[in-house]
Amino acid sequence: MLSKLKLSILIGSFLVLAALPFIAEAVDEPFYIDLMARVMIFSIAAMSLDFILGYGAMISFGHALYIGLGTYAVGILAFYEVTNGWLQLLVCIVGTAFISFILGLISLRTSGIYFIMITFALAQMFYFLGISLEEFGGDDGLPIDERSVFFEGLDMYDPWTMYYLILGTLTVTTFALWRIINSRFGMVVRGSHSNDDRMQAIGFPTFKYRLAAFVIAGVVCGLAGFLLGNLTEFLTPEYMHWFRSGELMIMVMVGGMGTLFGPLYGAFAYIMMEDFLSQFTEYWQFYFGPLLILLVLFAKQGLWGMLPGKEDMSDE
Amino acid sequence: MSDPILKVEQLKKSFGGVVATDSLDFDVMPGEIHAVIGPNGAGKTTFVAQIAGMLKSDSGRILFDGQDIGAKTAPQRSHMGLARSFQITSVFREFTALENVALSIQAHSGHSFKFWKRASTDADLTEPAQKILDDVGLGERALTLAGNLAHGQQRQLEIAMALATGPKMLLLDEPTAGMGTEESEQMRQFLDRLKGDYSMLLIEHDMDTVFSLADRVTVLVYGRAIATGTPTEIRNNDEVRAAYLGEDEVTAGA
Repeated sequence: MLSKLKLSILIGSFLVLAALPFIAEAVDEPFYIDLMARVMIFSIAAMSLDFILGYGAMISFGHALYIGLGTYAVGILAFYEVTNGWLQLLVCIVGTAFISFILGLISLRTSGIYFIMITFALAQMFYFLGISLEEFGGDDGLPIDERSVFFEGLDMYDPWTMYYLILGTLTVTTFALWRIINSRFGMVVRGSHSNDDRMQAIGFPTFKYRLAAFVIAGVVCGLAGFLLGNLTEFLTPEYMHWFRSGELMIMVMVGGMGTLFGPLYGAFAYIMMEDFLSQFTEYWQFYFGPLLILLVLFAKQGLWGMLPGKEDMSDE
Repeated sequence: MSDPILKVEQLKKSFGGVVATDSLDFDVMPGEIHAVIGPNGAGKTTFVAQIAGMLKSDSGRILFDGQDIGAKTAPQRSHMGLARSFQITSVFREFTALENVALSIQAHSGHSFKFWKRASTDADLTEPAQKILDDVGLGERALTLAGNLAHGQQRQLEIAMALATGPKMLLLDEPTAGMGTEESEQMRQFLDRLKGDYSMLLIEHDMDTVFSLADRVTVLVYGRAIATGTPTEIRNNDEVRAAYLGEDEVTAGA
């Protein structure tokens, strides 16, 4: 269970997010609407990674693949002038579910370092596939001519509309993943993280549950990609590059592995640091690195774990 | 005479050149406690892992409840009524004692593709789990994280988790491992209470426990059964004394 403090911080954060466009507008800094929209998209992606990494011990080093797939679902359909948002969304969900199912089937036969390497390799295959698709701009990428069209009156080009759409998606996915983690299904995933042999011995065929968790994470991350494609109006294989997967892992670590909500703050911290430090230097990671090391050394459960109060998974 | 609930025929397993299980014949009758003893490295834990389905045997047959289970996975064997405990305590440390047992119950109450309802307050799981914890004497520690339980209590929880799967037979891999004299005695009494309700394959180092509980004892040395018999027969068997008991007397104080 969440401590009162953590729950208050969480609810407070969402309230601030809800009020942010008004504040940004009031201080005449509309740039922050766009920045926070990006933060929220990567929050969704990082949280989906934490769902398998922190709770299921599936250390995927290729999770950004699903962000890429989400943007391709929007971009490729828009390229062929299919701009119906519902259809794009359906293709995105079915596509990421299918691909994560196949990749999970392959990679979940391994564990530990082998799992890391195989998810890395599979995602890189898609990255190079993206580069080879000259039709869609190869490694230069391709502008997405039109954002998704859902229904009359929903103006996807309005920054406020996009912002609240993203905030809505973040809220729904956060709540849904939190329910899942505490459900019977979630207990199986977490138990298999803790001791897979024991889970099998008490009668759980854990493979299919782990695979299902892997697919859920892929689909949720695909949604983040769907939103990112709409926000940036750009499709590029670069989103699938392993470096991006590494960034997601850093967001999870900074926020706190196996805390679900932590990665929301991890994504925020990472993107804000990038934004802030890169004002001074192109090599902002040079300064970010030591901060990350300190955090990993002194706060194993990341930012979220520094808050007092017992977390389900953090207690030893 | 009834058929054995577990029957092992000519079971073999080797790791590289090391033979861990060597043409082993073994059986357990319904309601019986059949203990397996033997010096370290005799292949006792390998034997349990083969029966529980965690290790694939090289050859031989394992019949449980009349069925050949050689090709079945560990979860399938659990659903047939075979439950095991682990020599190295394998409770879920970051779950409460109650959640540990509830997981066992969950594994045996339909599929777990249930994504919404909170499991930790699901009375269908927690009520039977609490009952089992009460039975094993851990009722008051239900909400303690398993990792924070005393060692002896973790061993009890191990067995509670096995019992919660509703088994016909228990495979107990050194239930008193790492326990002091007093804790061992409590465990012995506890197993004594279970006697008759469950068939048991008991692997145990503690000779007092073995000789007071077991109906039959098999002595394993280098993967081979060198003797099987009643506790009295085993105690008086010269070969066994030479291979094992004498040595154990020397190390018993350790």
